[in-house]
Amino acid sequence: MTGLPDIWTYLAQEPLLWLTATLIAYGVGDALFGLSGRKPYVNPVMIAVILLASLLWFARVPYATYFDGAQFVHFMLGPATVALAAPLYANLGKIKTSAIPMIGALVAGSVTAMLSALGIAYALGVRGEVLLSLAPKSVTAPVALGVSESIGGSPTLTAVLVILTGITGAVMATPLLNLMRIKNWQARGFAVGVASHGIGTARAFQVNETAGAFAGIGMGMNAVLTAIIAPILVRLFL
Amino acid sequence: MIVHLATLLMFQLAGEALSRGLGLIIPGPVLGMVFLLVFFILLPRAAAAIQPTALGLLSHLSLLFVPAGVGIVGHLDKLGADGMAILLAIVGSTGLAIVVGALVFVGLCRLTEKSQ
Repeated sequence: MTGLPDIWTYLAQEPLLWLTATLIAYGVGDALFGLSGRKPYVNPVMIAVILLASLLWFARVPYATYFDGAQFVHFMLGPATVALAAPLYANLGKIKTSAIPMIGALVAGSVTAMLSALGIAYALGVRGEVLLSLAPKSVTAPVALGVSESIGGSPTLTAVLVILTGITGAVMATPLLNLMRIKNWQARGFAVGVASHGIGTARAFQVNETAGAFAGIGMGMNAVLTAIIAPILVRLFL
Repeated sequence: MIVHLATLLMFQLAGEALSRGLGLIIPGPVLGMVFLLVFFILLPRAAAAIQPTALGLLSHLSLLFVPAGVGIVGHLDKLGADGMAILLAIVGSTGLAIVVGALVFVGLCRLTEKSQ
């Protein structure tokens, strides 16, 4: 009979274990989200990340081993981004009529995100590479990393800041927008997509399909705008 | 289902090829999304067929960010001495950007409705 440590040694090396663990952790997060009455601060991504990170830490499993299994989930981000075309197509009529509000909200949201992040960090004494890494944190990860590198930031640090921004936006958006009494789903979704990219967009889809579609457009448009204006805006803080 | 998934992957592949080939800053999947949208406009029947698969995938979009999220936990120490300042900057700027973006959107909606 094989001993328990041997079974563990085998399983810990195989993709199966960590793929399963990722799905279960997310399932737990999603169940807690449902049990809480879909409260925004009970965020399934945040819960799953905390559960899995704790598990890896206790079991002393390196992230690379975990990612061997989890990469199958991670890979689906690509096709899911392409799939955003479906809700965009379904909302095409609404998009055509709100081109002006979208462009205005894009510029306002994108510039506010960058200037206020740089301004707050600068006022609190953050300088140099760390400050520059903060500039592109509101856009989708692949673009943010490229922008960070081109303006003299650290792409690794930017990756951390991008994820933190996404989770922050997903948690804050609903209470904040309710407080402001903004009921327009297009406005709500679009602003969340601009400020907190894919994680915010995923949250918007949980709330309302129109909000999700507009969040997807906001995310896509801000990826392009940030790449253009980040190098100009950061000069104010050099 | 398989055909629909293959369609999504094909558009991603086309986007990646163009993005890498021309050295564009826009990621391949985002270009793939644009191409697929154009394809839907040209061929509405394809949109109706792919819609359920696409929306099914998007309803689990949150799950797909979990592996990357676990990866950042090991890097939290990189925030270093500036950790608190950076967290405040992220929370403050994200909240402000959401509020400003949504208010401008609603304001411009009212303006354009009035002028019509």
